[in-house]
Amino acid sequence: MIKAILIFNNHGKPRLIRFYQYFAEEMQQQIIRETFHLVSKRDDNVCNFLEGGSLIGGSDYKLIYRHYATLYFVFCVDSSESELGILDLIQGGLSAAPARAVSAVKNMNLPEIPRNINIGDLNIKVPSLSPF
Amino acid sequence: MSPSVPLQEMIRAIRSARTQCEERGVIQRECAAIRAQFRQADNGGRSHTLAKLLYVHMLGYPAHFGQMECVRMIASPRYSEKRVGYLGAMMLLDEKQDASLLITNSIKNDLSHSNQYVQSLALCTLACMGSAEMCRDLAPEIDRLLRASNSYIKKKAALCAVHIVRKVHELGELFAPVARSLLSEKNHGVLHGAVVLIIELCERNPETLERFRKTVPDLVQIMKGLVLSGYSPEHDVAGISDPFLQVRILKLLRILGRNNEGASDAMNDLLAQVATNTDSTKTVGNAVLYETVLTVLDIKSESGLRVLAVNILGRFLLNNDRNIRYIAMTSLQKIVGTDHNAVQRHRGTIVDCLKDQDASVKRRALELSLALVSASNVRSMMKELLLFLSSCPAELRAHAASGIFNAAERYAPSQRWHIDTMLHVLITAGGDVRDETVPNLIQLITNASELHCYTVHKLYRALLTDISQQSLVQVACWCIGEYGDLLLRGDCQETEPVQVTEDDALDALETVLQSHMSSPATRGFALTATMKLSTRITDNVDRIRSIVSIYGSCIDVELQQRAVEYNALFKKYDHMRAAVLERMPVIEKNSPGHTNGESTKDIPTAKLKQGEPLLPPQQPANQVCDLLDLLGGSEETLQPSPAFGGTVPGPCINAASTAGGDLLDLLGGLELAPLTPAPPVPVYDKGGLTLTLTCEKQSDTGLTVTLTASNSTDSDISSFTLQAAVPKSVQLHMKAPSGDSLPARGAAKVTQMVVLNNPNKVNLKMRVRISYTHQASAFQDTVQIDSFPGLDAAGH
Repeated sequence: MIKAILIFNNHGKPRLIRFYQYFAEEMQQQIIRETFHLVSKRDDNVCNFLEGGSLIGGSDYKLIYRHYATLYFVFCVDSSESELGILDLIQGGLSAAPARAVSAVKNMNLPEIPRNINIGDLNIKVPSLSPF
Repeated sequence: MSPSVPLQEMIRAIRSARTQCEERGVIQRECAAIRAQFRQADNGGRSHTLAKLLYVHMLGYPAHFGQMECVRMIASPRYSEKRVGYLGAMMLLDEKQDASLLITNSIKNDLSHSNQYVQSLALCTLACMGSAEMCRDLAPEIDRLLRASNSYIKKKAALCAVHIVRKVHELGELFAPVARSLLSEKNHGVLHGAVVLIIELCERNPETLERFRKTVPDLVQIMKGLVLSGYSPEHDVAGISDPFLQVRILKLLRILGRNNEGASDAMNDLLAQVATNTDSTKTVGNAVLYETVLTVLDIKSESGLRVLAVNILGRFLLNNDRNIRYIAMTSLQKIVGTDHNAVQRHRGTIVDCLKDQDASVKRRALELSLALVSASNVRSMMKELLLFLSSCPAELRAHAASGIFNAAERYAPSQRWHIDTMLHVLITAGGDVRDETVPNLIQLITNASELHCYTVHKLYRALLTDISQQSLVQVACWCIGEYGDLLLRGDCQETEPVQVTEDDALDALETVLQSHMSSPATRGFALTATMKLSTRITDNVDRIRSIVSIYGSCIDVELQQRAVEYNALFKKYDHMRAAVLERMPVIEKNSPGHTNGESTKDIPTAKLKQGEPLLPPQQPANQVCDLLDLLGGSEETLQPSPAFGGTVPGPCINAASTAGGDLLDLLGGLELAPLTPAPPVPVYDKGGLTLTLTCEKQSDTGLTVTLTASNSTDSDISSFTLQAAVPKSVQLHMKAPSGDSLPARGAAKVTQMVVLNNPNKVNLKMRVRISYTHQASAFQDTVQIDSFPGLDAAGH
């Protein structure tokens, strides 16, 4: 089960946050900070799986992340998810999608994507940030 | 009031803020504008405003004032407003907020809306934050939607059903039949949703699992279609057709085939086909292969297939991509128990991974290496593991050290090797080992009597180089104290002789004593070792006497007590000193106090005394009593004082403080025969709860009272607590009770020990307050105890 999806930039500022379990706002920000600390320390050629964080749910959870230019895509999953499957999800499905949301923020030009991302048991409502 | 800015302007303003303070200022202004907007009447910009609020919420600022606005917007007829309203509901509301109840009706209406996108919004929100009540209300609606003809809706409804089943387990029954029928869909999205739903149903309910076993042929069909089909542009990911669905189906097959021969047989062909046909050059192919391997290893597959699976894992291990190596090791960890030999073949690669720079890979390699140590490869593996220990990251050290100890314990080829290994670990990672290591090592050393000379020389040299590792220093001090004569003799077959004079040895111990790096326990060890040397050396006894008397006024109470006792040993009891300080006997393995949790396999178990943690020197205590017999003292077993060994810190220190006084009393010839414990006396019996009391006199003024409670009613008693009060001059110490619940009909009892000290020998009374919960109501009662069994009427 995917517990959370976090996308933040190289300085730890959140760009897209989705928790699939209720956390208070304070907890959410703390999780984001801790995840950023863990992930930013990683070298570029090490593997994309991290375990051992204490905050986000204990021993069964691991972080699967990918670093693209200025963005970190981090998934917090438990042992029932295939690690490589999640990696594929990030690479294939997701790197196009929220990029649009981010592109509106960054004023970059990126390809058009659907409004709802629905892959596997993931339902993401992409907040479209163009003027209504 | 500042005019509201468009969302992008606000984002730009926030990002251009240089400091946190500036950013907060921008956000506060914006939030004020947002609140003003909310209060105004309906205008076109409401969704825009809410979107801004959601962005601010994502950055971590409070946004609870937007909750009602979300509710209002969900009820709006306009699609753009509904959409942002639902998004806000998913982000800001959860079942603990009251506002979430208000949207139930809107969701219900929207589930029957004509527009499929509105229906999907409602489904998403329900799946995200639906509470148990909402799920129960709306489950029939979801079931209806699952039978609809629109695949877009069916897909979302399936995932919503998954959430409902997770929240309210009983509703699984409702969805089982329709899930079955969804498997014949063509649309991959619906298929995927159906498989997820079936996985959820099977994991929760074993009967459902039985029913769904019949679907294995259908699933095999679907998989075959995916694997063998040609290129299909809408499902293709890097050459593999819908790998996400493939992985999901493989997972379901794993659950269905576990522990079931029939289902496993039906899958064998398919799994072999997938394993051989999938292209493994890209991550995608590897993902499918990985899932296949996990499935093969988990079901009752035939041996050829298992061999194929382990070979695939071996191939993964040699892959250049660290990710692949990581998951290979994770999977091998799962089967190392059952297919041990197969994994042994890859030992070389795994050991190489220990040297990888990646911390995650190292962690996995460590776990797997520890699992692979066996009697035949222990020497080489240990070499690698010790090398690893010296360079491993800090968070893995403790784990590595304890793993090495366990392995050494189980497979040590010789005692000397074992001691060498333990010493090596202590020297490299002494700060990270667990506390039981010290007594374990000491016990090991005493057992290897021919190696005493070698050990003490090695330890002495280690002590000279580094006194910061506490465990090492403790063991070294103990050995120098115990085998000091062997050290000073200088000749030793196993290592190069080094001339150690008495002064050198005493210097080393004094350095430890005076160093600020030594913990109090370590200094205790050092002081005792110094004292023991007084019988093993000839010239410098005066130096020892002066050291010991200096510490008689030390600030640390433990050290002070020891020093005072040793002083007494020098002055009044000098005739006994030699006997008291002579060589310790061999400590039996697994005697109480050696908490050897992991390596319980072949160790001859000594009889463990129940519930007495203070007695590792139980053996020497017996010896002491023999000695005291010789000296004409009393013959009962005493709590031994650490003056006789100073082996184990911790529990022994407690023994020291209580028994120190006893020792001197004893040597002065006082009789301290323990009273036979009196029969328990009932002191309270009401409402089915009985309380009995036993007394044991510990000393002239000390008394231990044990209260035992039992429950003779037909229902359990919980939250049972006792409080006690005694006259002012009596000191009371309540130990932890054995539990706080009493099962019905006296199935188990709760005991509470109370230690009393009555120095002024007043008339002893005790008032006990009992409080508990029985059949959901709380009771409280007080009972006064005026007479204690085993004491005379005056309470002395």
